[in-house]
Amino acid sequence: MEHRNANESSLVTVVINGETRQAMTEPRTLLAYFIRENLGMTGTHVGCDTTSCGACTVLMDGVPVKSCTVLAVQADHHALMTVEGLESIGGLHPLQQAFWDNHGLQCGFCTPGMLMTSTALLRDHPEPTETEVRHAISGNLCRCTGYVNIVKAIVNASQKMASEPAEV
Amino acid sequence: MFPSAFSYVAPNTLDETYELLEQYGDDAKVLAGGQSLLPMMKLRLAAPGMLVDIGQVPHLATQHESPDALRIGALTRHAILDSKQFDRYPLLSQTAPWIADPLVRNRGTMGGSLAHADPAADWGATLLALKASVQLASHERQRLVALHDFFVDVYTTALEPQELLTEIIVPAPLADSLVFGHYFKLERKVGDFAVVGVAVTASLTDDGTVSEAGIGLAAMGSIPLAAKKAAALLIGHRLTPELIKEVAQVAAQEGDPQSDRRGSEEYKRSMVRVYVQRGLAQIHQEWQVANQSIA
Ligand SMILES: Cc1cc2nc3c(=O)[nH]c(=O)nc-3n(C[C@H](O)[C@H](O)[C@H](O)COP(=O)(O)OP(=O)(O)OC[C@H]3O[C@@H](n4cnc5c(N)ncnc54)[C@H](O)[C@@H]3O)c2cc1C
Ligand code: FES
Ligand code: FES
Repeated sequence: MEHRNANESSLVTVVINGETRQAMTEPRTLLAYFIRENLGMTGTHVGCDTTSCGACTVLMDGVPVKSCTVLAVQADHHALMTVEGLESIGGLHPLQQAFWDNHGLQCGFCTPGMLMTSTALLRDHPEPTETEVRHAISGNLCRCTGYVNIVKAIVNASQKMASEPAEV
Repeated sequence: MFPSAFSYVAPNTLDETYELLEQYGDDAKVLAGGQSLLPMMKLRLAAPGMLVDIGQVPHLATQHESPDALRIGALTRHAILDSKQFDRYPLLSQTAPWIADPLVRNRGTMGGSLAHADPAADWGATLLALKASVQLASHERQRLVALHDFFVDVYTTALEPQELLTEIIVPAPLADSLVFGHYFKLERKVGDFAVVGVAVTASLTDDGTVSEAGIGLAAMGSIPLAAKKAAALLIGHRLTPELIKEVAQVAAQEGDPQSDRRGSEEYKRSMVRVYVQRGLAQIHQEWQVANQSIA
């Protein structure tokens, strides 16, 4: 049985974007802060910090979750994927490229979360309808775009990915 | 934001869980999906000294369907009931997509929602309409509590500090009837808690007589409620427009909603009336379609 004391740091090990990383942290550290501050990966954003906006969305064992509302210790020995994991040596992920091409972002604050949620969506539903896209991203808020171009980008990426299947 | 300091323990078995809850009592809190508890701890509205994470206890996230009941493990996430259809329990998959947003549904659990006992929670209304019970367990005893007796007050349930909610038990509908269910929710925007929520379920026999019925209400009082008087009026009758109207009116008078920023008492009662009427009319229509295709 795993036991960690209050105010004491203990080791948390995660496989993040395919790489095993470890850091010491307190039980009360939230996963978003662990990723940003302990692992130094600042692609994951903290927006509202009250479980409302989805800017902090990461994939935990493939499932999109709000990392400001998961404890780092709960992710111990789990697989994580963040926006940093999308880009490959060949360049941008088709979703990232589609956000660029379709003006799916303005300030970009919501974008990492949008990308992680839509990554999971396209994995499970490679050809979503616009309604399905809107439903899937309903936990991710954007204050800039009005969503139209985000939805367009995701649909566009799904079409591109269907015609030229990538290894991701 | 971060919570005040706490110790964290993740037991591997139910026995270990019961031991920890016994040992730490009031100072411990069970951590299920964390989608209500962690936000409260971050806002310092809760400051438990010990979190008992039940995420590693096996068999708590399973669902078992038998001829007489559906047993849902407390750790079953909302998202599971959004994607998995249980044909004899249509109200469950009708309700799940209304809860919070997809990301919260990926973590939040049915047991956690019931134990948290927010009067506006959607599972409360739906599971009351379905006449569900919960299994509460500790080192000392196991007890089955009807959901009706489980909710005590706002955020207050019959759970003792040393008890764990392990299962939700939904009784099966009558075998000789067709069962229908609908969930309606008035929300200001996607992901909000209900201004009002209404769960309607009914079983209809071959000739259209209602053999079983349930109506659950969210945000219509200090606890999730069952509109029992209204539901009782349906039993043994056919769903005529007159009956539907009467039942909807009676349901709107049950509960004790408060006027607040989300709406006046009158508005909330009106919406209950509209939703009950709409739900029963839809059920009647669906029964007609199903009956035609059988005949
Ligand atoms: C932005 C947002 C919007 C939401 N909108 C809605 C909504 O529209 N409708 C709705 O119904 N809910 C909504 N919720 C709440 C959500 O459904 C939560 O998942 C649920 O209330 C709590 O479940 P949990 O598993 O996350 O429990 P936790 O947060 O882990 O726990 C909640 C409480 O229950 C106790 N507990 C948990 N499991 C058990 C158990 N098995 N035995 C004993 N005690 C236990 C905990 O100790 C704690 O006190 C929303 C939440 C958020 C963050
Ligand atoms: S920062 Fe996590 S939901 Fe807004
Ligand atoms: S692009 Fe600014 S919040 Fe979405």
